[in-house]
Amino acid sequence: MSDIVLREDIPDTMLPDGAAGGRRLHTIEIDSHSLNFGPQHPSAHGVLRLVLEMDGEVVARAVPHIGLLHRGTEKLIEYKTYMKALPYFDRLDYVSPMCEEQAFALATEKLLGIEIPDRAKWIRTMFAEITRILNHLLNITSFGLDCGALTPALWGYEEREKLLEFYEAASGARFHANYFRPGGVARDLPLGLTDRIAAWAEEFPRFIDDLEAMLTGNRIWKQRTVGIGVFTSEQALDWGFSGPCLRASGVPWDLRRSQPYDMYDQVSFAVPVARNGDCYDRYLVRVAEMRESVKIIVQCLQKMPAGPVRIQDNKISPPSRREMKRSMEALIHHFKLFTEGYHVPPGSTYIAVESPKGEFGVYLVADGSNRPYRCKIRPTGFSHLQAIDELSRRHMLADTVAIIGSLDLVFGEIDR
Amino acid sequence: MADALQMAAARAASLGALAASLGTRVPGVSSASVEKGELVVRASRDSLLPLMAALRDGPGFKFEQLMDLCGVDFPERAERFEVVYNLLSVSLNQRCRVIVTTSESVPVPSVHHLWSAATWWERECYDLFGVLFSGQPDLRRILTDYGFEGHPLRKDFPLTGYVEVRYDPDRRAVVYEPVKLTQDFRNFDFVSPWEGMMTLPGDEKAHETRQGLSYLDQSPAGRGTAPKGSVSR
Repeated sequence: MSDIVLREDIPDTMLPDGAAGGRRLHTIEIDSHSLNFGPQHPSAHGVLRLVLEMDGEVVARAVPHIGLLHRGTEKLIEYKTYMKALPYFDRLDYVSPMCEEQAFALATEKLLGIEIPDRAKWIRTMFAEITRILNHLLNITSFGLDCGALTPALWGYEEREKLLEFYEAASGARFHANYFRPGGVARDLPLGLTDRIAAWAEEFPRFIDDLEAMLTGNRIWKQRTVGIGVFTSEQALDWGFSGPCLRASGVPWDLRRSQPYDMYDQVSFAVPVARNGDCYDRYLVRVAEMRESVKIIVQCLQKMPAGPVRIQDNKISPPSRREMKRSMEALIHHFKLFTEGYHVPPGSTYIAVESPKGEFGVYLVADGSNRPYRCKIRPTGFSHLQAIDELSRRHMLADTVAIIGSLDLVFGEIDR
Repeated sequence: MADALQMAAARAASLGALAASLGTRVPGVSSASVEKGELVVRASRDSLLPLMAALRDGPGFKFEQLMDLCGVDFPERAERFEVVYNLLSVSLNQRCRVIVTTSESVPVPSVHHLWSAATWWERECYDLFGVLFSGQPDLRRILTDYGFEGHPLRKDFPLTGYVEVRYDPDRRAVVYEPVKLTQDFRNFDFVSPWEGMMTLPGDEKAHETRQGLSYLDQSPAGRGTAPKGSVSR
């Protein structure tokens, strides 16, 4: 219920009929009502159904309904071999596929107790950072689109296309790469790809400058995001935030730095942290992260040694095609690997990686067979979306859209 | 590289110290160990709340974040479910895994007043496994469909489910029907692919040698008449 008091300084002509006479105290009652936001709404970023209890145009309560994209990934993985389970990870957070693969590959490698070759680690680190830029480009530009800025989206897609070509060159697919495998990566980089990436890394910072020129100082953009959806560091920790959303609230925490995996302990990069925890800071952190990612990519290109890209054990990674043409043993290995797969010794592990959205974890329980006994996927956006009630309380309806945009939600991973 | 190694060594040492202090100082912990470099604490259901409060606020622990909560189903056990809590300490840079067990009917105390993030994780665990959480005011389904029946991640729930959904153009509505498979669901037994092989045509003699005489006894019409390609185990 809300009380609207007509103000004294409104001219009589603008008042409704009959109101001009006794204009001392007019109260009008407006019923609170609920509003269905989504699941078919362009700024719901997929299939979010948000039931908003409105108090006029102010959000009194936001109740998210999720699961509209639930595909039972975890159940399906229990019925697949480890190798066949991997492509499901591309389809979780379809905006940053390789980082999800990395979590599963690392978890499987840990249970197998294997160490992958250095070149594979460098390739993974480099492509994880390419993935981060892919993700942030889409998030920042579509966040801008939610708030009325069309141009960044058009520019960002063009830039994403260049990166997707790198994906395609390395893995053969633009999105569902299936490239990071337990034991290394699927294949070596094609000739000339590193030069193309280096050339792109040279010019990409200029694109970030252009992007920032469109948004960072933009008055409309700041009006829509500064001070909207503020979360303190205590709140962010309590609600299980991670990644850019946590760093925007002032917690200097990055798994690449604090619990490094693959080659992140060999590269130098800064971890951007902001202080205010509002939508604008979440945007700024992502922009700064893109610049750091470019630095990491350049370092990977410099430091990447030659050598094998897969573990040489043919019980875990397939032999080369050339070998299979000549060696019976290689042929048998290939056949066994792609039918039965490898058996993972019993045990359990929780592996988290810093995906572009935050902590993406895999809790893997193996029972000694060739299929995971249980594979729990810890999606990043799940915790972020849960806090939307807290974040959008007493904000205007249009601000909810900005908050959803700033949280970087992808329903492939939230609903699994 | 040396820094990273030192860092890892320091983390491992403090992990061992944490495990030791958990095992001795905190009541209700049945075991605290370091498995594959990860701190794993097994606790009883009744002492979960004091343990979690100690892990979050107690001196030397400071696990500020509940990153993940999930169930694991072991149907052959007396208490079939494990509920696994993955905690993260941002200030100490440590992770901790707390495991409690429960059955279909016995509730686990909810930790949502310790970590606000727990609500959705508990709803998910309830939805997919049917684990009950006492003290959780919002224990609704979260991932499955409105009006869904059953708990899909239990091991006795079939992969295909029970109902399928389609749009019926005649009734102009989405209808639910029992699952009809055009091809039987195939669950391959990978454990012993060679022993599980059927007798190949012309290879009956080798099969006998492999299987021993019991194969002859089981075959009703004697040797060589087992239908070609039939599984005889």
